Amino acid sequence: MTARGGSAMRLRGLVRKEFLQIVRDPSSIAIAFLMPIFLLILFGYGVSLDADHVPMALLAEAPSQDSADFMAALQGSHYFAPRIMNSMPEAELALREGKVKGIIRLRAAFSRRMRQADGAPIQVVVDGVDANTARLVMGYVEGAWGEWIAAQAARHGQSMTVPVDLQPRIWFNSELRSRNYLVPGLIAIIMTLIGALLTALVMAREWERGTMEALLVTPASMSEVLIGKLAAYFILGTGGMLLTVGLSVWLFEVPLRGSFWLLWLCSSLFLLAALGMGLTISTLARSQFVAGQIAIIATFLPAFLLSGFIFDIGSMPPVVQLITHVVVARYFVAIVQTLFLAGNVWPVILPNAMALTAMAAIFLTITWKKSRKRLD
Amino acid sequence: MWRRILALVHKEFLALLKDPKSRMVLIVPPLIQLLVFGYAATFDLKQVPYAVYNEDGGVAARDLLARFSGAASFKQVADLHSESEIAPLVDVRRVLVVIHIGPRFSADLLSGRPAPLQVIADGRNSNSAMIALNYVRSIVDRYNDEWIAAHGLQGPPARLEMRSWFNPNLESRWFFIPGIIGMLTLVVTMLVTALTVAREREQGTFDQLLVTPLRPGEILIGKTVPGFAIGIVQATLILLVATLWFRVPFLGSLPAFYAGLALFLLSGVGAGLLISALSATQQQGLLGAFLFMVPAVILSGFATPIANMPEVVQVVTLIDPLRYFLVVLRKLFLEGAGFGLVVDQLWPMAVIGATSLVLAGWLFRHRMY
Repeated sequence: MTARGGSAMRLRGLVRKEFLQIVRDPSSIAIAFLMPIFLLILFGYGVSLDADHVPMALLAEAPSQDSADFMAALQGSHYFAPRIMNSMPEAELALREGKVKGIIRLRAAFSRRMRQADGAPIQVVVDGVDANTARLVMGYVEGAWGEWIAAQAARHGQSMTVPVDLQPRIWFNSELRSRNYLVPGLIAIIMTLIGALLTALVMAREWERGTMEALLVTPASMSEVLIGKLAAYFILGTGGMLLTVGLSVWLFEVPLRGSFWLLWLCSSLFLLAALGMGLTISTLARSQFVAGQIAIIATFLPAFLLSGFIFDIGSMPPVVQLITHVVVARYFVAIVQTLFLAGNVWPVILPNAMALTAMAAIFLTITWKKSRKRLD
Repeated sequence: MWRRILALVHKEFLALLKDPKSRMVLIVPPLIQLLVFGYAATFDLKQVPYAVYNEDGGVAARDLLARFSGAASFKQVADLHSESEIAPLVDVRRVLVVIHIGPRFSADLLSGRPAPLQVIADGRNSNSAMIALNYVRSIVDRYNDEWIAAHGLQGPPARLEMRSWFNPNLESRWFFIPGIIGMLTLVVTMLVTALTVAREREQGTFDQLLVTPLRPGEILIGKTVPGFAIGIVQATLILLVATLWFRVPFLGSLPAFYAGLALFLLSGVGAGLLISALSATQQQGLLGAFLFMVPAVILSGFATPIANMPEVVQVVTLIDPLRYFLVVLRKLFLEGAGFGLVVDQLWPMAVIGATSLVLAGWLFRHRMY
């Protein structure tokens, strides 16, 4: 009984010590509270895949009523910021210099060939360097073209000439706002960084400064030292997490369709895994310098590129898909995207939450084992 | 003077490379990451998983569906028999797209009425949804063209002839791999520089360095050279892997590449040293490294175009050296540009590099603890 009471007291003391250290070096507080706000606001506004007002060169070699009609269809669309050009060399130069993303050219025979059986060609050239934007632009042009065709048919009293009429319906995100899926993903990325940043140096720092030995001659056991650190940073991290979720819902208006408490629970699991990863790095590296280097290389880019935050994991080669399984953020990205946009879909949440639990357990066990070994 | 600097450079290299763990971190992960990321970073979808709910027994519907099952970019995972089966399948992300053909599809088509084809896409990743819908649309468009031709119908009065320059097959890998070169180079310079001064501050050896005859400018050179040299070596290795392994065409001028790289490294090293000089502890140095590196990558236009950002954020990107280097890389790789087309991107990097290096050198002496 006394032993347990002593343990609780020691733990409280250790947590207090961690908090004092956190308060003394304000960079930890900055990491936990300012960094998530700063990054989420910057990225929430900055990161978007929705191209709008794409600068396009419009070129009608022999202006006529028909060409003016078609151009009007493009000019009316908010997807384009059309620039009228007078010759193809001028338009090509603009494309080469990156001033426009594409060229739409109506040749001199446009009006005449519209009355022929095979129809008039509309030449479209897009800048393919950014393939994704190029594809979007092509889609926009196609959309504007389709509307123009329909309007033409209606005006001439013909029925639609499209045999199969494609009617797409997008679930969970009907307006296709890319922010709705990017912002929840950003929470996962930002919290990965914060979790690792908070703890990546703490163990190494104690070893480097010799304070770890000092801690170990006290009655506190290694597990208590670890739990003390984990508890302190877990509380900090939870604060950061709540801030980012709040910002996403109220500032960025991403709908939270699933349960808030389930999100809280999954976030806690994720935070344990992320903090555990930091502690593992810190324990294995021994020196703060190396721990810092590992944190830089092992956290951000893998979380950014391999988590499914922006690149579809299903389209990666099998080997790379396998590698993504060691990226903690991957599981949390799946959970937050589903919880925010689709709701409590248990078949998605459960396996990913279990994976997070396993990752947390693995990292914390490694830390514990490796730290204990040092004692001998 | 040069002997002093040389000695310092020697010491800096030793500090970086003598610890086997540190040596490993500098050399191996960036190359592994290039390989993994090179395969991971693409917006092209492979084998979009889809389900079919076909209520129509006609030939026309079967013919259209055959085009999906024959397309390399689609993979059918389920055949549905009622509307209620759709939601569970989409919810758990087993399929990205569901193709729903109504009972009157073939009849409508044959009688000349537009036949609706309902396609449901999972919008949780709206970009993938949009790409998948584009794939669907191109299959349907081709089907329509052939139907019109086969049945002698009146086609549309105009048709689109689309081509894409610089990247004819719209391979998004060609877009991302040059970007990865820039990203990894930035990470390596951060690794080398962001913690160096902070470490010496924490251990007290920086004060010793300051009382030697070395001037701050000389210390600056000593601290800059290792990051610069390691960056050049890494970037060259990465360039070789990108062109020889991933076969991304490098059409531009090599001197222009190295000019861009040198200026980018200067600005990256400058930013890293500035962070390091500002921090009293390595913890702060690490925080600074992340606070610089993460926005520098995400707002560089690597994955999401700068043109899509709001004006204010676009202004912020002007101080991001990676933004300029990415443009240089893409122009050199895909457009085959020479010096002339990239000069606009070179001078801002030079300005950022010079400013941050001068500030860092000044802080060496003026920020003491």
